[in-house]
Amino acid sequence: MTSAATECLLRMYDEHHELEDYQSGVPRWCTGCGDNAILAAVQRLCRDEDLRPEKTVFVSGIGCSSRFPHYMKTYGFHGIHGRALPVAEGIKMARPDLNVFVNTGDGDCCSIGAAHWIHAIRYNMNMTVMLHDNQIYGLTKMQASPTSPKGLKSNTTPRGAYLEALNPLTVTLGVQNVSFVAQAVDWIPEVMYDIISAAFHHKGLSFVRIVQRCPEWLPKLLEPWLHDPEKVLLLEHEDAIRISPSLAQVYKNRRRHDPSDLDRARETASGFDPIPVGILYRNPRVPCYEELRTAAGLRSTERIRKGLEAEFDKFTVWPQQAAEGAPAE
Amino acid sequence: MNETSLLQPPRNTVSPPSMPTGNKAITTLSEAIVEVISDSGEGAQRCGQSLGAVAARMGNGVWTVEIIPAEIRPPARSVAGASGNRIRLGARRITNGGDDTDLVVAFNEQVLLGRVRAGELKPGCIILLESMWREDADPAIAASYRQAYDQLVAAGYRVREIPMERECRAIVREARRGKNMFALGMLCNLYSLDMQLARDQIALVFGKKDAAVVAQNVKLLEVGYDWAERNLDFKFRIPAQRAVEPQIVVNGNTALALGILASGMEVCAMYPITPATSASHYLSDVFEKVGGVVHQAEDEIAACAFAIGASYAGKCTVTITSGPGYSLKQEAIGLAVMAEIPLVVVNVQRGGPSTGQPTKAEQGDLLTAIFGSHGDAPKVVMAAGTIEDCFYSMITARKIAETFNMVVVVLSDAGLATSQQPFPRPRFNEAWVAPPVDQSDLPAGAKPYDWESATGLSRRFIPGQAGGMHTLTGLAHDSLSHVAYDPESNEKSIHARSLKLAALQKTLKPPPVFGGESGDLLVVGWGSTRGAIEEAVESLRQEGRKVSSLHLSFLQPMAPGLKEIMGRFGKVMTIESNWCDRPQDEIIDETNRRYSALAMLLRARYLVDVDCWSEVRGQPIKPGTIRRVILDKLARPEESVP
Repeated sequence: MTSAATECLLRMYDEHHELEDYQSGVPRWCTGCGDNAILAAVQRLCRDEDLRPEKTVFVSGIGCSSRFPHYMKTYGFHGIHGRALPVAEGIKMARPDLNVFVNTGDGDCCSIGAAHWIHAIRYNMNMTVMLHDNQIYGLTKMQASPTSPKGLKSNTTPRGAYLEALNPLTVTLGVQNVSFVAQAVDWIPEVMYDIISAAFHHKGLSFVRIVQRCPEWLPKLLEPWLHDPEKVLLLEHEDAIRISPSLAQVYKNRRRHDPSDLDRARETASGFDPIPVGILYRNPRVPCYEELRTAAGLRSTERIRKGLEAEFDKFTVWPQQAAEGAPAE
Repeated sequence: MNETSLLQPPRNTVSPPSMPTGNKAITTLSEAIVEVISDSGEGAQRCGQSLGAVAARMGNGVWTVEIIPAEIRPPARSVAGASGNRIRLGARRITNGGDDTDLVVAFNEQVLLGRVRAGELKPGCIILLESMWREDADPAIAASYRQAYDQLVAAGYRVREIPMERECRAIVREARRGKNMFALGMLCNLYSLDMQLARDQIALVFGKKDAAVVAQNVKLLEVGYDWAERNLDFKFRIPAQRAVEPQIVVNGNTALALGILASGMEVCAMYPITPATSASHYLSDVFEKVGGVVHQAEDEIAACAFAIGASYAGKCTVTITSGPGYSLKQEAIGLAVMAEIPLVVVNVQRGGPSTGQPTKAEQGDLLTAIFGSHGDAPKVVMAAGTIEDCFYSMITARKIAETFNMVVVVLSDAGLATSQQPFPRPRFNEAWVAPPVDQSDLPAGAKPYDWESATGLSRRFIPGQAGGMHTLTGLAHDSLSHVAYDPESNEKSIHARSLKLAALQKTLKPPPVFGGESGDLLVVGWGSTRGAIEEAVESLRQEGRKVSSLHLSFLQPMAPGLKEIMGRFGKVMTIESNWCDRPQDEIIDETNRRYSALAMLLRARYLVDVDCWSEVRGQPIKPGTIRRVILDKLARPEESVP
């Protein structure tokens, strides 16, 4: 597909944006909800990258996390449960010049929208996907989600969840064409910012799972991880996330992890205790679907006319009389 | 095989008209229906299509229908495995597949039996049957052939045994694959078609291959022609009315795809489903040449969501599907309605519910199209009535979708999808290709849903447009697109979305009545039944019957003036291919009878006592059947519109 000429024009003057240029309304999330931390990091990213608000779209599905676009002063698309990814793909296909972000929850992405998740990885369109994973359905009031730990008591599993939790990282890392996978936690905002920033700069679909707290339904679930820095495994690498000296004093459990090593990424991703935090995998050479599908040349009425007439020619039957003196088929 | 069951269902046998004898007389016909059938892969399709193309070039009216087995590779020589074409040729323009078949070319007796049992053959139909099976090395095959032959002859069919493969063997080593052009030659002889046009057609069809292939097929054609000239004692001629302008010959699905090209739409998102997919096959081949993309999504829901995303981002998008896929898209369609995103959805209907009859025609999705999705989800519903309509309806659909920021559903069906008919080659019009949407900066205070109070219309905001930033939502919202649960906002937005349909209705013209402006009976139809209904009405009017018909292209909203038109007729009925309960059933009465879809809509909206008749046999309704239904309705004096 091609772009309209107006999309190619550059603005010849500078614009600077402040945080307020990206802030809209007062978030209705609970105090202490991890969504607030993600919002703060993303608004900061928009400001630091000076993203033009009108050129930026946040797409979400349904759930607590999917309220996200309402709090951004950009374009937003708060659609239907599970379908944020295909909507975002359509937007990116039509307008590759837009910055496309997707905010989706563990129910939205890993349950009702799971088919789209797998295929979005495969399409590898250039967008940043944030999986807000609080391991519970929040908006519908506490039902087990696919990422709920086994044994978790919820309204639909009063005697404890029956199944082992699905690991979104290993699933994503198992899909052909995967190009960026990272994990962040809401209680280390500095690293979360660095990861989302790296995800934004990656060309292709960057998948960031953000393990976040749900103070309303699961206030104690992640407490052991919060209180014990040893239960966090920070992944650091000169090509990935660099840990600041102050953070390094708290988090001693660190590993040098090369983000180009897929096998090691899969192995590392499978753990939750300690929980790996950092960029697990990055491959900038995977082609993006929107580029594979882009035809050369500008789309014009004349081009459509020529294409259409060529097709009509294939199907035209000239009645004998008309054929005399008519152009050859 | 049971002696008596071969030709089931039993039918009236009529003694055949006497054959011309001695010098070959050429009988002039006003029309003829010809079938060419074979096992899959034996080329009957190509033969049939070529016959249609040659006749169309001569100026005959033509309607071809594909005969498709349900399986990809059905076993050879099986009753259910018939593959081929049914070609209706006429002296005038032909608008439908017509009634029973006059002449069949069959490459084996089993595929023929399938057609006989389906009741497709006219009593006394001429059958040109490949005779090689009579002496087949397998005694079971030879026996079944002989048994079938004897029964067909006894039933009054005029069967001619023809050694097609033997005759072809002199020319090609693989005679099984050459028979189809031999058959084309025979048919050219029998229907007095122009052999030079047939040679040209072969050159066109085989043009991509080398000259030797073309020459060989031309030779087969000529041998077939000569064989018929020497050995068959009958010959027909269908006068041609030469058109003065070029025609294009395509099926309904190709016409849809060409319409998408012409509409200027850039993205088509789809998931494979019969019988819609061939439109996307063709589009995939040609769309990129004009800068378009066919996206094969991971499922029907994703296809619709992708289309919605692309439309939202400024490029009005189409998604193509059939019944089951249409059901899957309902939630996403509701989102497009709620958020007022323009979207074109094509539903090439098939038999339902559930998986139903994937390759068969039915008009079962009208009510789903109008009332589908949850809540109050007003959308525009159009139906293509002809193959030409399939082309133009895509251009109209896009225009309406973008003018009103609405979902436009276009209904076609398996009958239109696989039939071919010549229609005047469209002359390109720049207005087809909608100009790019206005993306200039929005003034301060611009509202994304600034509903005009009289029409419900509002300007569409596109991402990228400065000043228009807002969050589109499927939740109830106010004019700023803010989530709003208050009673006033909810009613206001529902009100605005509903008004848009009325605003569109104000731009529609009353549809023309086919036949007289008043009379004893008005037959109302929609979709692919148009040609057959009008043919039946025309023939009855010639016999002095006061019957007319009305074809509806817009089902939602309906054009103005319908009540006045219906009021001018003594009786009104619809003829549709979706179920209605039969009044003659013991437990069916006025309190429980389920009406056909359009009849129900007309009754509800206009308070007119609209009766209905329907058939859901998976085949297009035949004009002869409609004639019978109309005569029956006219003959019942006790009923009249109050």
